[in-house]
Amino acid sequence: MGKLSKPLTLAATCLLATGITAGLATAEEPKRGGTLVMSAPQTPRHLNPAVQSGTATGAPGAQLFAAPLRYDENWEPQPYLAKSWDVSDDGLTVTLNLVEGATFHDGKPITSKDVAFSVKTVQENHPFKTMFAPVQSVETPDDNTAILKLSEPHPALLLAMSSQLLPIIPEHVYGDGQDPKKHPQNSENVVGSGPFKLVEFKRDQHIILERNENFFMEGRPYLDKIVMRIIKDPSARAIAIENGEVHLAAFEQSAQNINRIKKAEGVSATADGYAAIGPIAWLAFNTAREPTSDINVRKAIAYAVDRNFITKAIMLGTAEPALTGIHPGSPFYEKDVEAYDVDLKKANQILEDAGYEKGADGMRFKLFVDYGWPDVKAVAEYVKPQLKKIGIDITVRAAPDFPTWAKRISSHDFDMTWDVVFNWGDPVIGVHRTYQSTNIKEGVIWSNTQSYANEEVDALMEAAGKETDLEKRKELYSKFQKILADELPVYWAYALPYHTFHSDKVGNVPAGIWATSSPLDLVYLK
Amino acid sequence: MEILTLIVKRVSYAAMLLLAVVVLNFILINLAPGDIADTIAGDMGGATAEQMAEIRADYGLDLPLWQQLFRYVSNVMQGDLGYSYFHTQPVTSLIAERLPATLLLVITAQLVALFVGTLLGVLAARKPNGWLSHIVTLIALFGYSAPVFWTGIMLLIMFSLWIPIFPVAGMVDVTIEGGWWSHVLDIARHMVLPVITLSSIFLALYSRLCRASMMEVLGSDYIRTARAKGLSESQIVFKHALKNSLGPVVTLAGLQFSAVVSGAVLVETVFSWPGLGTLALQSIIARDTPTIIGILFFSAMVVIVGNLLTDLVLRLIDPRIRNRA
Repeated sequence: MGKLSKPLTLAATCLLATGITAGLATAEEPKRGGTLVMSAPQTPRHLNPAVQSGTATGAPGAQLFAAPLRYDENWEPQPYLAKSWDVSDDGLTVTLNLVEGATFHDGKPITSKDVAFSVKTVQENHPFKTMFAPVQSVETPDDNTAILKLSEPHPALLLAMSSQLLPIIPEHVYGDGQDPKKHPQNSENVVGSGPFKLVEFKRDQHIILERNENFFMEGRPYLDKIVMRIIKDPSARAIAIENGEVHLAAFEQSAQNINRIKKAEGVSATADGYAAIGPIAWLAFNTAREPTSDINVRKAIAYAVDRNFITKAIMLGTAEPALTGIHPGSPFYEKDVEAYDVDLKKANQILEDAGYEKGADGMRFKLFVDYGWPDVKAVAEYVKPQLKKIGIDITVRAAPDFPTWAKRISSHDFDMTWDVVFNWGDPVIGVHRTYQSTNIKEGVIWSNTQSYANEEVDALMEAAGKETDLEKRKELYSKFQKILADELPVYWAYALPYHTFHSDKVGNVPAGIWATSSPLDLVYLK
Repeated sequence: MEILTLIVKRVSYAAMLLLAVVVLNFILINLAPGDIADTIAGDMGGATAEQMAEIRADYGLDLPLWQQLFRYVSNVMQGDLGYSYFHTQPVTSLIAERLPATLLLVITAQLVALFVGTLLGVLAARKPNGWLSHIVTLIALFGYSAPVFWTGIMLLIMFSLWIPIFPVAGMVDVTIEGGWWSHVLDIARHMVLPVITLSSIFLALYSRLCRASMMEVLGSDYIRTARAKGLSESQIVFKHALKNSLGPVVTLAGLQFSAVVSGAVLVETVFSWPGLGTLALQSIIARDTPTIIGILFFSAMVVIVGNLLTDLVLRLIDPRIRNRA
């Protein structure tokens, strides 16, 4: 890693000097000025991503706050607030060399002390504890150098230093002793470090951002203003894109709307940009409860459910199949695993052999399928007639809202449930939690609610989390995915078809790995 | 004097009602599975057990329910509606931000429904079997039976997509510049579709009721007398008959006021109207107890005031009620 980052830094500096960033080069000259109108599907709790995860805060947060690094669409780190960085050969020291002369929105300089403060704030308050877990201390020998000292190598660290996960917040504002989670300046008078400044945040109405004239990247951002309109109804958002009221809508997932926008004039829909967020829809099994504790039952169900039918018919061809718990867009995705292509005869045979005999009504046993939000209703309903074919009597149990579902699942009161879980960049952050035997926790949603435990899988995750050699790391995760596909704590179905809708007037539509949860300083209006 | 007694009586009823609203809803919300810690964990894409315990301790959710209730009610009595768990803001300021938008929508929709409904009812009553009457019946049935969100989406498709004359969502267009007059026009433009949607249900009710009561009045003796006197048709209908047939309509309008407020929840969601309705829905899903109760508290007040006003208006238009007590 140490050897790798030097030439990379050099290359990146050269690229910066010519004003082109790798992967984002366009044929035409970007234009300065204009107001970009975006839509947002929900109101963020507040605008400080250091203490609030999720994409609702991530999108405005990445405009308000800069991060040490940013990422192109090939998962390559690019210089941002750190003009260069270096990982020591033993992987235990990460040095960030910050851009000189960068300032916060209030004019005060951004120093290494603020980086140290931001890391500490995220460590203490952010829900993703694994991101910075091995970071022991952040040393600040001078204002422009921050040195992160680790207790063990942690390759996920560089990814955790992008805008969605590590915003650089000013210590002189958020370090005033108040609880950072409830700091009044999380919602108003936000003092950021990013390309745009906050003008107004009106809940359920809009977030207005204006160009930061003193942004540390010369000539950027291109836009004068960004207006994020909060529109909760997906149909209303699609109409607003079509009639030109809104230029850009990210995180759209309704298959009908995606296909409509693809056909409409003057607007486009792209699935690029969601690889790091990595949302996967799956059918999770309770492996601590009969009969789903029996691997034969899980395998029979996997053979009975037709993944192809789900992606082609239910998702109308908008969704990509996902064969494992790592997103197909990730460099660690292993596509060469048992896919359980639909085979009803085999499924019936497996159950027969395992001793589940059909009763007088043709049914072997009863199971519940849970779901917690309307987007997965169709796939949940689909399972019922499909599993009837192999003699499993399914009752679909819909939860009226998220907390109801979360309570049921996190207290392990379920047989099977449809769920959507995000990768959040590195497997260490969003994948491990589902399978670690140490993460079987009562009352915590998106922990290992399947109660799955396998020592070998635990060991593989532990090793992969520390492996700094990319190829070796890929091998470890490949093995990890193969074992999981064989033991099926979860039947992975498809990558959620997140799309970005945009008017053809928008140039440099965000296509990096974090979609709109990355700085939009290169976006312009034609 | 006697109006004053009425008001005093109403206010004391109202206080008891508000207390019941607070206590019952507090219990109801706590009966629902899951709490704010689950919501925040969901919103964040995950959380650790320690963080969830911290959130619960922070908001006192780890105390026994009766203690939580007692603490909450005593705070409300001191005028403190608490702190929104989800929005990290005082509930009072959260509601104050939203109340005007909801009042604007609800009052306008109610007035439009009353005015147009009465007019249609009168027109229909004059020739109960004429084509106009049939059309009014049709409109009324349609408006009453179509689900609000469906009407809303259809109007959006028609008037924002096919014929794009009205904006899709929201209350203001922040890109508009100019003086206050252009802002008023802008809000009015944003209001058209939500108001039509919300008033469509109630318009149906009022027009049917007005038609029925108008027909009854038109058949009474004093109308025949008026005709015999040779008064013009419009004078008979609007001056004599209408005033006497309005009673039931106004009474119903008062009773329906709470329904209009709850109807606003759906309409606000479809049109992203930044009112209490959107906030209410979001807070219920989030188990944000202080915000939900705060909103219900305020809506109960709106309904109480609305009903009181209805009583006063009834007294104005009908001297019989005035003299009864």
